[in-house]
Amino acid sequence: MSASSRRDLPPIVDYAVIPLLNLAVAFLISGLVVLAIGENPFEAVAIMIRGALGYPEGVGFTLYYATDFVFTGLAVAVAFHAGLFNIGAEGQATLGGLGVALVCLSFDGAPWWLVFPFALAASMAFGAAWAFVPAWAQARRGSHIVITTIMFNYLAATLMVWVLVEMMSEPGTMSPESRTFAEATRLPFLREFLTPWGIDLGQSPLNPMVFVAGLAAVFVWLVVWRTRLGFEIRTVGKNPTAAVYAGIDPAHVVIVAMLISGALSGLLAVNEVMGTQHRLLLEFVAGAGFVGIAVALMGRSHPFGVVLASLLFGILYQGGAELAFDKPKISRDMIVVIQALVILFAGALEHMFRPALVKLFDRRRIRAEGGA
Amino acid sequence: MDPTTFLDLAAPVLGSGLRLAVPLLFACLAGLWSERSGVVDIGLEGKMLAAAFAAGAAAATWHSPWAGLLAGIAASVFLALVHGFASITQRGNQIVSGTAINFLAAGLTVLLGQVWYGQGGRTPQLGASERFLALDFDFGVSRLLGGHGIGAVWSEALAGHNILVYAAIAAVPLTWWILWRTRFGLRLRAVGDNPQAVDTAGVSVASLRYRAVIVCGVLTGFAGTYLSVAQSAGFVRDMTAGKGFIALAALVFAKWKPFNALAACLLFGLLDAVSIRLQGTPIPGIGRVPVQVFQALPYLLTVVLLAGFIGRSIPPKASGVPYTKDR
Repeated sequence: MSASSRRDLPPIVDYAVIPLLNLAVAFLISGLVVLAIGENPFEAVAIMIRGALGYPEGVGFTLYYATDFVFTGLAVAVAFHAGLFNIGAEGQATLGGLGVALVCLSFDGAPWWLVFPFALAASMAFGAAWAFVPAWAQARRGSHIVITTIMFNYLAATLMVWVLVEMMSEPGTMSPESRTFAEATRLPFLREFLTPWGIDLGQSPLNPMVFVAGLAAVFVWLVVWRTRLGFEIRTVGKNPTAAVYAGIDPAHVVIVAMLISGALSGLLAVNEVMGTQHRLLLEFVAGAGFVGIAVALMGRSHPFGVVLASLLFGILYQGGAELAFDKPKISRDMIVVIQALVILFAGALEHMFRPALVKLFDRRRIRAEGGA
Repeated sequence: MDPTTFLDLAAPVLGSGLRLAVPLLFACLAGLWSERSGVVDIGLEGKMLAAAFAAGAAAATWHSPWAGLLAGIAASVFLALVHGFASITQRGNQIVSGTAINFLAAGLTVLLGQVWYGQGGRTPQLGASERFLALDFDFGVSRLLGGHGIGAVWSEALAGHNILVYAAIAAVPLTWWILWRTRFGLRLRAVGDNPQAVDTAGVSVASLRYRAVIVCGVLTGFAGTYLSVAQSAGFVRDMTAGKGFIALAALVFAKWKPFNALAACLLFGLLDAVSIRLQGTPIPGIGRVPVQVFQALPYLLTVVLLAGFIGRSIPPKASGVPYTKDR
């Protein structure tokens, strides 16, 4: 944690060796869990990689999952830079879905490219709005953002049930979901463009949002490292007191950072609601908001790291589905366990190996100096 | 409506509110112990879930609710120690560690349940002798009071719960007495407000915090066991359904004080019972109120309270801050 120990290690160790070591331990323990269940972990890994990357349809699914995780991962990462723990990406994405569904249902039947910009805007606006209240309460009233965003996740879930049951569900049906959007209004699947080129994406719901996710990563990098706002966000995150002396208003920065974070979470909904499900479903976010926490921790809150970590989690999700199919004993809950271990070792225990490594490098340095 | 009819109507709701409040109360007191010592715990949900699973499995294996309770406590104390190791020894981020524990429990319970029992993550249905059942004590009070009015309140709301319900209520004054009337309690609270001072006095900050975290694990163990071995007859997937987070809300609501925690949990339990009771039935004068309004109230109240609109809820000063000697 402290600045003095940070200098003791070469950057490569800090930014590559330690994260990889933490990840390796998380996967090692996951392997032990698989072993305890009575399956071969190496075989499991082989099935997962084949299922996620071995054929075009698998790759399509992997990228589709990764798209969701890039949005929520970036959302959590931006908040991290401002020193905030946004545990509410799940709820913000849920509200984003409401925005997307309202747009798609109002313009039902209109061509998708016309509706698309409005859907993007609505998803971001609704997600940001849901992040605003916790942000405001943290910045101006001093309430803890972790608790408030947790509460807002539950409020979002309750609101969603109410909206879907009382307002949006088709008359005569009991299922809490909106009506399906017209074909023309849905985002096209990439498989429709790639089949003529001989690439068969099968049933994978990969859609143009994968490119938006890439753009979002670039955007976050630009904002955080290349703008005045980004400088302010990082300053407030590192040291709010120093920020005040530098003429920065931390309350203002906290609110803006959370609005960006909420907007990014909201974008997930375009991928899911307009691009995949084509209707508003209960719990369509399906935990992606929480995967965002793992992804941001693993990617060390850097957009490039977030993209890499999202791809890894995309592989885990798609490969895990295949694995559960091949080996029913290893159900998809194994992914949740792996996710937990990644959060534990790459997050809460991230400095566990640091003292040992510092000692190792000190000894080498002393030996080198002694030899000179 | 005359008072007797009202009490007749209210008594079952009060009783069910109390039963719904019990897991919240155990978890809320667990959070109180942990956070009073300076360790923020958003992993209450996960520990409760792990305990519920372990208790369900052990009660089915050894045909005894007490075996279930022991296993439940063991499972949740283990997770509490993981959280303690991460946040006390490794000085890691406590929110991150709590999140990890929630996921670990959510994943492992269903994974193991599926491998062991093959029923979609359930544990086997428990028989009557394997559960904590309603205690049969009355002391002749209901004959004295009759079946209506006060009598209904006695028999439906106060008497005839299982032993864990009374244990939860007893845990409230016990927690208060230990934390506010013993030297150990004073030190434990001090370590959550000003660890430097405790350290300077020659008392180990880490050891106090570890003890608090273990008590937290024991209490979440009771909470989880209550769910799978007393309230229901076995564990089902995602059995806690956010109760750990409602308990966290109740803790904020209670301003980190035991008797307030009792009141807050009873309030939230009662809201839950009322929402179940009112499902589909209109309230006279208001009309039909969506169930979601009652479900949302605990969260809304907590947000409003935290924002300082009704009183001020201030956590222990050092909670969430890892302790480092050199500063």
